[in-house]
Amino acid sequence: MDFVIEGMIGAFRLLVGFDPELLRIVSVSLTVSLTALFFAALAGVPLGLGLALGSFPGKRLAVTVLNTLMGLPTVVVGLLGYSFLSRRGLLGPWRLLYTPYAMMIGQFVLALPIVAALSLAAVSGVSRRAGRAALALGASPRQKNRMILSEARFAVLAAVVAGFGRIFAEIGVSTMLGGNIQGFTRNIPTAIAFETAKGEFALGLALGLVLLAVALGVNLILQFWQGRTR
Amino acid sequence: MRRRVLIAIVLLLAASPASAGGRLRLATTTSTENSGLLGAILPPFEKETGLKVDVISVGTGAALKIGENGDADLVLVHAPALEEAFVESGFGVNRRSVMYNDFIIVGPKSDPAGVRGKEDAAAALAAIAGKPAGFVSRGDNSGTHNKEQELWRDSGVDLVEVKKLLSPAGKEREIEYRAPEGGWYLSIGQGMSAALLMADEKEAYCLADRGTWLAMKEKLDLEVLVEGDGRLFNPYGVIAVNPERYPGINYRGAMALIAWLTSVEGQKMIGEFKIGGEPLFIPAAGK
Repeated sequence: MDFVIEGMIGAFRLLVGFDPELLRIVSVSLTVSLTALFFAALAGVPLGLGLALGSFPGKRLAVTVLNTLMGLPTVVVGLLGYSFLSRRGLLGPWRLLYTPYAMMIGQFVLALPIVAALSLAAVSGVSRRAGRAALALGASPRQKNRMILSEARFAVLAAVVAGFGRIFAEIGVSTMLGGNIQGFTRNIPTAIAFETAKGEFALGLALGLVLLAVALGVNLILQFWQGRTR
Repeated sequence: MRRRVLIAIVLLLAASPASAGGRLRLATTTSTENSGLLGAILPPFEKETGLKVDVISVGTGAALKIGENGDADLVLVHAPALEEAFVESGFGVNRRSVMYNDFIIVGPKSDPAGVRGKEDAAAALAAIAGKPAGFVSRGDNSGTHNKEQELWRDSGVDLVEVKKLLSPAGKEREIEYRAPEGGWYLSIGQGMSAALLMADEKEAYCLADRGTWLAMKEKLDLEVLVEGDGRLFNPYGVIAVNPERYPGINYRGAMALIAWLTSVEGQKMIGEFKIGGEPLFIPAAGK
């Protein structure tokens, strides 16, 4: 037990002292995941809404594919990303492998299906009965869709947060596409995995605490916002 | 009936070749065991002498520690400074050079830093420093990483002090080392294969041990650019554990193995041990 307590003390010392290495690792994690999430939301939310509200042939197949992609293993995305971004791959000339951009691309691919599928579910949840009621009250189809979006906004936000949860703590894509380069692509999960193996137990614990704190923070903000506007 | 079976087992055990010739405990490094070298050269020795060699393969530091505790009859390791200390402190006797392998600096075929054929490994690193091509470092406190740090110290490149608080198994200790700084210096905290793959992708330079390089070079577009500097040598020595300190050890067996490893026949076998057609160790007895 002693070494856990000593590790904890070391972890707090790193956190309180704003250890520069710790800050760099946290900032890599936040920059990469937030950028990936921003683009995943930008593409995923309209995609989910379009699928929910529109009607076109093959819609059910598209929804099934999307739901399947939600379970995409991170290492498979890492492997596919590697084969495209490698110097010998299709996008090789761009020299993206082992950069934060490669990690962003991989995390974008991971987050997109989650954000889209959960947005779809969010909108489907309100659309049927409320939509019919709106039409019966004399709303135009356009007004009906706006009403549905406004009703579903918290669930859509939750979809984006779920996407964040999916990518912020993942390690497969970060390792395979980022490469754990110190000060450049070393993020919280890869640092915990590789540094702890070298005996940097305190750093691993401190980073684990940061990971938890960020998850807590995101949820608190969401809850606060929901409570205020409702 | 039961007693008769018991007697039969005891007789069988007593008659087994291992106990007939005696056993010999050899503490050595993982490189000699994992490369397959010991598997190739020990059987003929065992056949000739009837001794059975038990190989304990750990890191160099740990192997010497096992010798210090008298838990091995001889050690085969690669760290000349530690070996000297081991003999001077009275733990070992009769140190002999056996062989060496080496580290190499690999890089892209285009060699943008122009280090190909340089004889001074530290000067080669100085030429690589700061160039956009970059240098991939293991960054994992391994033997190769230690050798790399030694070369950077000699290179004259500006280094920054890196302080790290390590707490392996709870015991806190602070380690300090000096490393170059800059976007070109990629410290990845991973093994040799991962470092070589990244150097290949990034068309960057890397310090590698020759064994891993030989095992991986088919998959890589890199080339050996610098080799042969004395500082890149990795000499292996064999030392018998001092029988005056630990009377119970198999000193005669240890001396038999040392004599065999440094004999014409043993040295020839070491030199002929190859992976993919290339020798891994170069015999060096008497040097």
